[in-house]
Amino acid sequence: MTDKTQRAIGLETRGMTKTFGSLVALDDVSIHVAPGTFHALLGENGAGKSTLVKCIMGFYQPTRGQILVTGQERQIPSPAVARDLGIGMVYQHFTLVPCLSVAENMVIARGDVPNLIDWKAEKAALTQFMDSMPFRVTLDTPVSALSAGEKQKLEILKQLYLDQRFLILDEPTSVLTPGEADEVLGLVRGMADAGDITVLMITHKFREVTAFANHVSVLRRGQYVGGGKVSDMTTDALSRMMIGEATIRPPEARDASVLSDTRMDLVALYVDDDEGLPAVEAVDLKVNGGEIVGIAGVSGNGQSELVEAISGQRPLRDGRIFINGRPFEAKRGDYHSLKVFGLPEEPLKNAAVRRMSVAENIAFRSFDKPPMAGLGWWLRPVEIRRRGAELIASYRVKTPSTETPIENLSGGNVQRAILARELSDEVQVLIVANPCFGLDFMSVAEIRAQIVAARNKGAAVLLVSEDLDEVLELSDRVAVMSGGRITHVVEAAGADRNQIGKYMAGHA
Amino acid sequence: MLSPEVLTVLIAMLGGAIRVSTPYLFVALGETLTEKSGRINLGLEGNLVLGAMMAYAVSFHTGQPWLGVLAACGAGLFLGLLHGVICSLPRVNDIAVGIALMSFGTGAAFFFGKPYIQPQAPRLEGLALGEWSSNPALKQALLINPLFFLGIAIAVLLWWALANTRPGLILRMTGDSEASARAMGVNPVRVRILATVAGGGLAGIGGAFLSLSYPGSWNEGLSSGQGLMAVALVIFARWNPLRCVWAALLFGAAGAIGPALQSVGISQGYYFFNAAPYILTLFIMIASARAGLAAQSAPGELSIVK
Repeated sequence: MTDKTQRAIGLETRGMTKTFGSLVALDDVSIHVAPGTFHALLGENGAGKSTLVKCIMGFYQPTRGQILVTGQERQIPSPAVARDLGIGMVYQHFTLVPCLSVAENMVIARGDVPNLIDWKAEKAALTQFMDSMPFRVTLDTPVSALSAGEKQKLEILKQLYLDQRFLILDEPTSVLTPGEADEVLGLVRGMADAGDITVLMITHKFREVTAFANHVSVLRRGQYVGGGKVSDMTTDALSRMMIGEATIRPPEARDASVLSDTRMDLVALYVDDDEGLPAVEAVDLKVNGGEIVGIAGVSGNGQSELVEAISGQRPLRDGRIFINGRPFEAKRGDYHSLKVFGLPEEPLKNAAVRRMSVAENIAFRSFDKPPMAGLGWWLRPVEIRRRGAELIASYRVKTPSTETPIENLSGGNVQRAILARELSDEVQVLIVANPCFGLDFMSVAEIRAQIVAARNKGAAVLLVSEDLDEVLELSDRVAVMSGGRITHVVEAAGADRNQIGKYMAGHA
Repeated sequence: MLSPEVLTVLIAMLGGAIRVSTPYLFVALGETLTEKSGRINLGLEGNLVLGAMMAYAVSFHTGQPWLGVLAACGAGLFLGLLHGVICSLPRVNDIAVGIALMSFGTGAAFFFGKPYIQPQAPRLEGLALGEWSSNPALKQALLINPLFFLGIAIAVLLWWALANTRPGLILRMTGDSEASARAMGVNPVRVRILATVAGGGLAGIGGAFLSLSYPGSWNEGLSSGQGLMAVALVIFARWNPLRCVWAALLFGAAGAIGPALQSVGISQGYYFFNAAPYILTLFIMIASARAGLAAQSAPGELSIVK
């Protein structure tokens, strides 16, 4: 038996720089990850975290700089070399093969599988390996049948099975319930404390840093801006390092006086997924005017299907939707007359036509009505551009011109352009799904403020988000969706995070 | 007891099922192999026809039908290689290439096959497994071509290899999740080219059966779309080689209804019964489009699934 403290390996980067053309993605970044530590790499989207990690994993070659593994300088030209050095990465998007079983996934990940697989021996070895681990996954289950938490655990187990002693976790909790996240990170932390592994975790969540990491390095715009022992840091200091001195729009104050009667009434909705299996079952939900109802849940529990059904992208198998007591069907006429608006997830895909201009995209709701159209069919491009320019200015969409294809805009600006289209009119009902996914702090604050502003003007807002913090921050009431059903509804003020987490996991 | 007519029809259908199913089986196995890698080859009809012509020509010149089978396999491998390589170029659609190669394969076969329409080439002999019976119809039905057994052996081998060998797992991994395959250092392009080539070869052998056993001659109307129907058959078999055998037998039996009924003197609706396999294809496509089961077992990287 080798000495336990020798199992984990350390890693250091010195002066890592990576440029793509004229863009400097990584600028002279040096971090030191000691063996047996849990190190957090904190930063916003686009801060250079993934670029740094991709250089370490051999996906990118750094323009300048060195990588030292256990004190020795190493060249890492490919992921295979990183693997041989004992560096393993758990990706945000799982690299498990859905149609293979757990055992097959683990065995095939090994570089040295013989051509003929002796399943009896392999399974015995895997069982033995699982017994030595703090958590386990059943070997014969196909991966497609595992929950997100189990997949995350399996990814980590796979790396350990491959004897990777330096684990890189890329936003590992984005698909987990709070309970699962705490469990998985706690177990990994325990293994690091025991000296079995070293962990480098990419994250943008302060809570995870303060709860699980020993050390932290903060990146901003490709540069190392600070770090050290987590115990010496305050959340405030971390947040200032991460965001810089930019001023963030403060959260909008809530106006309690606007609450009115039931505005949107979902009655016994049933929706099927792509494979014809039930995704949403017997969902009943009332949303009042001047209220934000947030639907919390782990992705894949029917939220996307629910939003798609309300916005006409997916047929309802059964059930009715009423807006202000009038039956609503997801048709253009009803959207217009009942004043229903939406902000679907991945707006570039679900709410925009990529190659059409920003002005045209902004005109989607009104291009066939005066003043943008005469006789209902004769378009007036001048009017479309004028209105586009107006809204671009008032919603601060950063775009070179009204004629730029919308796909050339950054994520935050696409979201702002869509907001401009959806919120500029009188809004009775607003459907919002994962509005801040992948956006920087400035845009997040801006967009959340806009959503609350719509509520303060009396709109009924249905917010679906995989980010529980976002749901708790924005909502007046929280509904938890699990297994296609609404399992729990609670006032957001004074809601218990852990209790909600349990309902999200379907355990309550 | 069954009346003699019904018995005759059933025996004729059994024999027909075995005879007619063999080309389906080979093409379906080839298509399964290709689709398991995440690519669709709609051009296997071309492999089938070119294989049939090559087999007949080589058998005619050498007098060795088994050399003909090898030549058919070679022609199939060649067309498979063309498909595999062309589809590996950036932004090339495998379905369009498949249709182009189907035209190319049949066109080449008709062009080179003109001189072989008249002459008689030596055929593959069937194994007489019905000697114990005194019923001449049953004897005829059990005169089974060795290629049928080869097909079943390949199906079993393929089914076993997909679960128990490294290449099998890598093939399934590539077909289901290209990203995972890349992350593990597998070159998906290579895997797909190899799978398409091997699948093409199998379809070529199916063609040899057409010209050297049943119907057993070369002409331009030899294939009646078996290569295309095999694609539907693969969906019906849910990408499982063993289920391909049953599905092929089912299609074969459907194809044998017309001739079987004619053998007892029912010729009314002959053309309608001959259309049975096509109608079956239609119903299978409708049924499998509705069923979630097929969608679940489809390899994730197929361009029609994505």
